[in-house]
Amino acid sequence: MNWLPIVLLGVPLAGAAALIVPSRLDGVARGRLLRVHGLAVSGITFALSVVLAVAFDYGDAARMQFETDMAWIPGLDLRFHLGVDGISLPLVVLTALLTFLCFVYLGWGDAGGPGQLLRPAPGGDRPRALVFTLLVLEVGMIGTFLALDLLLFFVFFEVVLIPMYFVISIWGGRARRAAAIKFILYTLLGSVVLLLGLLLIWAQTGTLDVTALARAHGTGMSRSVQIVAFVAVGIGLAVKTPMWPLHTWLPDAHTEAPTVGSVLLAGVLLKMGTYGFARIAIPVLPDGAAAVAPWLGAFAVVGIIYGALACLAQRDLKRMIAYSSIGHMGFVLLGFATLTPVGVNAALFGNIAHGLITGLLFFIAGAIKERYGTADMPALGGGMLARLPHLGSLLTFTCIASLGLPGLAGFWGEMLALLGAYEPAPGLSRPLFLAFMAVGGIGAVLTAAYFLVMLSRVTHGRPVETVHAPALAGSGPAEEATPSEYGAPLPAGTSGARSIGAGIDTVNSVDTVNSVDAGSSGAGATGSGGGATGPADESDSGGKDGRSRLRAVGSGDGFRDVMRHELAAWTPLIGLILLFGLWPKALLLVTDPVVRTLVGAP
Amino acid sequence: MITFAALAVLLPFLAAVAGLLGSRWPRRARDEQGDRRADRRAAWIAVVPTAISAALAGWLAYADWAGLGRDGESLTAAAAGPGGAGGIDGVTGTLTVVDTGSIPISLGLLVDGLAATIGVLVTMVALAVQIYSVGYLHGDRRYPSYSAFISLFTSAMLLVVYAADLLVLYVGWEVMGLCSYLLIGHWWEDRDNSRAAVKAFLVTRLGDVGFLFGIFVLGAAADSFKIADVLAAVPEMSSGTLIAATMLLLAGVAGKSAQVPLHTWLPDAMAGPTPISALIHAATMVAAGIFIVARLYPAFLAAGPTLDVLAVLAALGMLGAALAALAQDDLKRVLAYSTISQLAYMAAALAAGSDSAAIFHLVTHGAFKALLFLCAGAVIHAVGSNLMSTMGGLRRELPVTFVTMTIGFAALMGLPPASGFFSKDEVLVAVEGAISQGTLTDAAALLLYGSALVTVAVTGAYSTRAWLRTFFGMRPVVALPEPAPGTAHVIETQEAPATMKWPIVILAVPALLLGFVRVADVHVGTAGLSVALALLGAGTVYAVWRSAPLSDPARMLGPLRLPCERAFFIDSVYRLVFVVPVLVLARLVIRTDDRVVDGAVRGSGRMTLGLSGVVRLVQNGNAQLYVTGLLAGVLLISVGAVMFG
Repeated sequence: MNWLPIVLLGVPLAGAAALIVPSRLDGVARGRLLRVHGLAVSGITFALSVVLAVAFDYGDAARMQFETDMAWIPGLDLRFHLGVDGISLPLVVLTALLTFLCFVYLGWGDAGGPGQLLRPAPGGDRPRALVFTLLVLEVGMIGTFLALDLLLFFVFFEVVLIPMYFVISIWGGRARRAAAIKFILYTLLGSVVLLLGLLLIWAQTGTLDVTALARAHGTGMSRSVQIVAFVAVGIGLAVKTPMWPLHTWLPDAHTEAPTVGSVLLAGVLLKMGTYGFARIAIPVLPDGAAAVAPWLGAFAVVGIIYGALACLAQRDLKRMIAYSSIGHMGFVLLGFATLTPVGVNAALFGNIAHGLITGLLFFIAGAIKERYGTADMPALGGGMLARLPHLGSLLTFTCIASLGLPGLAGFWGEMLALLGAYEPAPGLSRPLFLAFMAVGGIGAVLTAAYFLVMLSRVTHGRPVETVHAPALAGSGPAEEATPSEYGAPLPAGTSGARSIGAGIDTVNSVDTVNSVDAGSSGAGATGSGGGATGPADESDSGGKDGRSRLRAVGSGDGFRDVMRHELAAWTPLIGLILLFGLWPKALLLVTDPVVRTLVGAP
Repeated sequence: MITFAALAVLLPFLAAVAGLLGSRWPRRARDEQGDRRADRRAAWIAVVPTAISAALAGWLAYADWAGLGRDGESLTAAAAGPGGAGGIDGVTGTLTVVDTGSIPISLGLLVDGLAATIGVLVTMVALAVQIYSVGYLHGDRRYPSYSAFISLFTSAMLLVVYAADLLVLYVGWEVMGLCSYLLIGHWWEDRDNSRAAVKAFLVTRLGDVGFLFGIFVLGAAADSFKIADVLAAVPEMSSGTLIAATMLLLAGVAGKSAQVPLHTWLPDAMAGPTPISALIHAATMVAAGIFIVARLYPAFLAAGPTLDVLAVLAALGMLGAALAALAQDDLKRVLAYSTISQLAYMAAALAAGSDSAAIFHLVTHGAFKALLFLCAGAVIHAVGSNLMSTMGGLRRELPVTFVTMTIGFAALMGLPPASGFFSKDEVLVAVEGAISQGTLTDAAALLLYGSALVTVAVTGAYSTRAWLRTFFGMRPVVALPEPAPGTAHVIETQEAPATMKWPIVILAVPALLLGFVRVADVHVGTAGLSVALALLGAGTVYAVWRSAPLSDPARMLGPLRLPCERAFFIDSVYRLVFVVPVLVLARLVIRTDDRVVDGAVRGSGRMTLGLSGVVRLVQNGNAQLYVTGLLAGVLLISVGAVMFG
């Protein structure tokens, strides 16, 4: 028995439990305590995960390390079996890191900064509930990656859903209810199928021990049973991944979730699905995998193209990033479908890279949405590099990482997945996979296309003030209030826009905007300070985001560039994207030995 | 030796990082003084590492020439096998090997004669451009990021040149594309620049996907991505494999080197600052395609059909681009089309079986085309416009630029004693030789030779036209429009500042004299023919211009003028065939996603609700309903009893 995995789960759990104790502190002091609490608990968890990574024996990455195996429910032969190997180690560290960064983002900001959900607010943001929810979420996520018992895996897999449901439905955007319900129903439905698959494996082999099952390589199960089990488990995991055509919960959930929710959703939750393929579906059911792999590959490449095309026509920034996840996960699934060591390595690399890059993308998209009050691209109106140069540059960097530029983390996963498809495992149809490779290549071009088009629309060009008329704001500013797509200057706003383009000096721009707005739309828009998109016009809709924006802009920093807490939360991600991009060995070193044993290659 | 190569690659990379992060650090003042200080610091950060890299590249070239480091290099470096049919005669060093699960990637560098030569070209032009940019972008707020991107580009290009592994090469190859994108879009306030940048990246990336697949084919066939291993394995590969691999590689080459059919991005890329056009879009990045073919030349030589395709593409590209250059009004676009045309000459030499002629032309072209672009930049800087219709008579105001640009144009036309004369002569001799021998089919070789000769005449014509319209005649009196922000240069028709002048003067030396290293190889017959043809083209234009100095000699094209000016409408065709369908498809996908895929989900939800509504009836407390149900049940039972009883 090893204490480290248990402590990894125990710390966030204890941290969450401590929050249940009622406190008699007043709002401000309690807010401070909550921020420190969240930071400390997630920080300790992250530190423990780093200890785990340091103590890990890299010379023998294929062996299960730090194993803990205790009887849990003896009657059912369920065991509390945890452990770490080269596949799960990076994901555990990633989870702890992203959760910690979310708390950094929430906890270090000045009052009034964007995304500060832990600040006391009129109407109540329920900061304590948010910290509690996120910590429980962390328990579930880390547990999923540590579990080595099929049913334990399933339990943690399910534990994650509930907090995420609340994150979306309480702290989400305007259409949060529908999105949250769709999310929970969809994933629960997937889980039912997953559970049936896991039970089928249990019924056939009589054990729930993942390591034993993986060692057996499918002996004890007939081919047809394996196929049925693989399809069931696969569908359950594919919903989570998500695989086309089971993806429709994702865009809604991402668009409506708050920034931290989107980051954890994209950064960790999607990985649970793909991790399941690497941990359970492929090693335990090799014959089933071989039979279903062509279908998996086909759905994967359809997802790549489909996601890319959907992104091209997207107007909402967050929704676009959500669809881009579908494309990227398509590459991950394609890697698995090849059933080769290189393909599975690619999938695991792509997993981590996607977690880092898309996590950062959602952080940045959230920051943009908080500042502009909308993520609708025509309403953002271009010129971000002039208005918010650092934020614009970071957006550019992340998009370029996401489109798979060599030298950044996103490339290696995609490239190796295509290489795997070039020479799939023996027994799979080579021409078919060559076709998959070609389609995937086209998908890579389309991926570049939509990111660059988005960058061109949002960051390039002259910043043109898009002033929403208050009357239209309630019904949604996206459709009507876009007087100036593609940088055609407003007649009245021309001088103002020019001067903002010339100087990033906030005071200056506030003055000009005010002078322009005062003439045209009155005091309502002027109250927005630097934010020309105007928070005042949203407040009547009573929406969640309207309120937070009012707070963000009310203190006069609606258009401040990257702030301290944002930089603190983003810098580690940027560093890791660069590290894994320039030194892919850092990750392949850990995964490759495990993958070779799992796939059964020399 | 490998350490030096690694340093040459790393230094500009570190300079890029330092320039991006450190130019304003720690003071973040965004006033005018802070900008000036940042610019000055950025200039030092940019120029010094590039200069050191240039020195290192020069030393590497010397060491390679002198045969140093061939025996027992320290560290992990080891001499590659003897330069036989497939091997490479050079020094390689490997830092580490990355296990991928199948074919490993080895992070390593390789210095041989080819790499050393191109390395010198790259660093020299990069250094000249860095110094020139200090003057050209004086007062630009974004100079620090601009110079950092040039440093990054230099590093990436050197990585391509010195890479020992195809995937390492691919990394540099793509990063170059990124830098090209960032620098074309330097003045992103203008939507056209932004669009041009996106187009350049996407068109080249389309080719790069093919390139990557080509690497896969070669790597899988040789079971290694190392260039030396791949070339050593070429004799064992089947011809099908080789043809597939080289055809796929050719896609990347066409994209990067702006060859037909992926050439359309290059003229638009002229939206970037002129020094960028000189460095990336004339001398170095666009030459990388030619370089890679030369690098893997044994593989291409063994794939005859690929060389035929290359020959046809080169023949089409050189003549078409030259004709397009003849009709452009934008000076930089003239040079851009001329670059496409000259790159096609290099491709022609490769197709004809002479990689040495191609590389020779690559080097001289790098020198004189960079010179031409820098001169054009000086002209544009002075006039405040790209359009030749606003220029004229500038030889009096810009004497230095006039002399140097004349040298450049002479080299472009292939007039002795400029460097272009010698290299073009070698190319023509190689192409002529391909008719009688070599791997090319006769038809392709003849087409290539004819096209090359006609293009010599057209090159003479468009060079003369640009030269005359810029420096002779009268400057038309036009009210200059207000310059777009970002491109605004003070209108002062006088010679450029020293930081711009000296790089031009220094580049003029190799542009003029570089050819003499191969002076012994001149073939009198071919040389005489080519000079005569060039003079014929030049003379025609001169005669037309002489008759009406103020109007454009392009009028002699007659009805061909519009097609030439629009580059034969290829852009519009591509837009109709590729861009529009993709966008339509994208909208279709969005609609499908909402109506069909998600519709099925929502539909199943509604169906469940409907079903639950039916089930709800049995427990909604309505007695009438219960009794009705009861009676219906009794009825059913009695009917059943009667019928089956």
